[in-house]
Amino acid sequence: MSMVEDYSKILILGCGSCVTICMAGGEEEARILASQLSLALRKNGKKVEIEEFMVLRQCDNEFLDDPSLIEKVRDVGIVVSMACGVGVQHACSFFNRVIDDRAIRVVPALNTTFMGANMDVGEWEERCLGCGDCVLEKTGGICPITRCAKSLLNGPCGGSSNGKCEISKDTDCAWHLILERLEALGELDRIKPVEMYKDWRPSHDGGPRKTVREDEKI
Amino acid sequence: MKSGSNLERLLEKGEFVITGELGPPKGPDVEMVKNKAAMLKDNVDAINITDNQSATVRMSSIAACKILIEEGLEPTMQMVSRDRNRIGMMSDLFGAAAFGIKNMLCLSGDHQLFGNHPEAKNVFDIDSIQMIHMVKTMRDEHKVICGDEIEGDFKMFIGAASNPFADPFWYRVHRLAKKVEAGVDFIQTQCIYDMNRFKDFMKQVVDMGLHERCKILAGITPLKSVGMALYMVSNVSGIIIPEDLINRLRGAGKGNIASEGIKIACEQIQEVREIEGVAGVHLMAIEWEHRVPEIVQMAGFLPRPRL
Repeated sequence: MSMVEDYSKILILGCGSCVTICMAGGEEEARILASQLSLALRKNGKKVEIEEFMVLRQCDNEFLDDPSLIEKVRDVGIVVSMACGVGVQHACSFFNRVIDDRAIRVVPALNTTFMGANMDVGEWEERCLGCGDCVLEKTGGICPITRCAKSLLNGPCGGSSNGKCEISKDTDCAWHLILERLEALGELDRIKPVEMYKDWRPSHDGGPRKTVREDEKI
Repeated sequence: MKSGSNLERLLEKGEFVITGELGPPKGPDVEMVKNKAAMLKDNVDAINITDNQSATVRMSSIAACKILIEEGLEPTMQMVSRDRNRIGMMSDLFGAAAFGIKNMLCLSGDHQLFGNHPEAKNVFDIDSIQMIHMVKTMRDEHKVICGDEIEGDFKMFIGAASNPFADPFWYRVHRLAKKVEAGVDFIQTQCIYDMNRFKDFMKQVVDMGLHERCKILAGITPLKSVGMALYMVSNVSGIIIPEDLINRLRGAGKGNIASEGIKIACEQIQEVREIEGVAGVHLMAIEWEHRVPEIVQMAGFLPRPRL
């Protein structure tokens, strides 16, 4: 509310990919947010115009480069992006590049949490940290960097109890799962050698990351 | 000699050693460190100084170790990988060696969610096994991880922990084997209450010959009260206390529970002494340092030899 209460024209920008699948920032959620904001602002005596627009992927110029969208963005005081943090930033820089007579304010509607899998209806669990140095081949397809609370590389710590992590009885010990999987695969020998120091440069520790696929460049 | 510490010399000579533990204050209270140290002096062979145990902010291990050295005691500096990256660790290890610290213990560390700053970011750049390898590389190859030469002498007797009571049990001896492979010199175990499980573990250790490649000290923590026992079972990770032990404490009756706890600890010490592969005892009398002289006396450890 505090992000938008000073504006009389607001554009709610839904995103049609990941956040739609996660039921967080798609068409339906954009519609609900628009009506909730409208109600709340009017209740406070504010006169407000709220529009909605859907972009298939806010993280891609191709889908943002739509004259009718740019026209709407020009017309409003603020854009509320319902994309993940990537989409918010990408849409923000795109609009500010194509509209050069004033700065465009783009704010996030969501709080991007993690890269996870859909475990059950309405339930997601983190599975990848994007560390840039994948170890899944060695760990039976279970990521210790993401799923071990200490990102340990050499087996379960002394806090592993009955298959659960020391931080919570609701959290599986990733290494317990890895050991079980490796045993089932007949690959327990993999745990014997000492796994050496990880190079964190391909992760965020090496600074913001960038990938260039020369083969895909035109 | 790896570091020439008192602990290393005694273990090399085949003495059954006893180490103690001292938790630094939650502030720069030097007197508190000195008072606790005085209770342990001449009663144990070396003293572990914890590193922000339970992820609660305390005086740094390295500083408390320095105070102990000035008081004429031998410290074992604990180091967890939760709070520093490899740069900070190696830097602190240089500092430790410069201060005359000769023993250290490599640990991953309790998760910060247990402590008084659960909102903190953790580090875990390297794990405890990699830390052992790092310190061994510094000592034996005289190099830091990247290969740069170390200026000056770096000696350290390298310790680590082992928890036979964590799961899965079958894996525990293999984790110890990895620590041995990484170059550990001595091991201190988690507090032992389930003696059968510990004996089972030690048999696996001996079968794999690990006791010949590192010295194993059995962890003993006297129980002060029934409440403490119950608290440890539910709040300290990797602790098993058999029901009959808790019942024995309860049965001692009001006013006698603490002394029963000490009696149990002494019996445990005698029991681990008989187990093949056990080279000593690590006595963790948590906030009970003043009872250490009595326990050590009762367990027949006095006087302590000095080499």
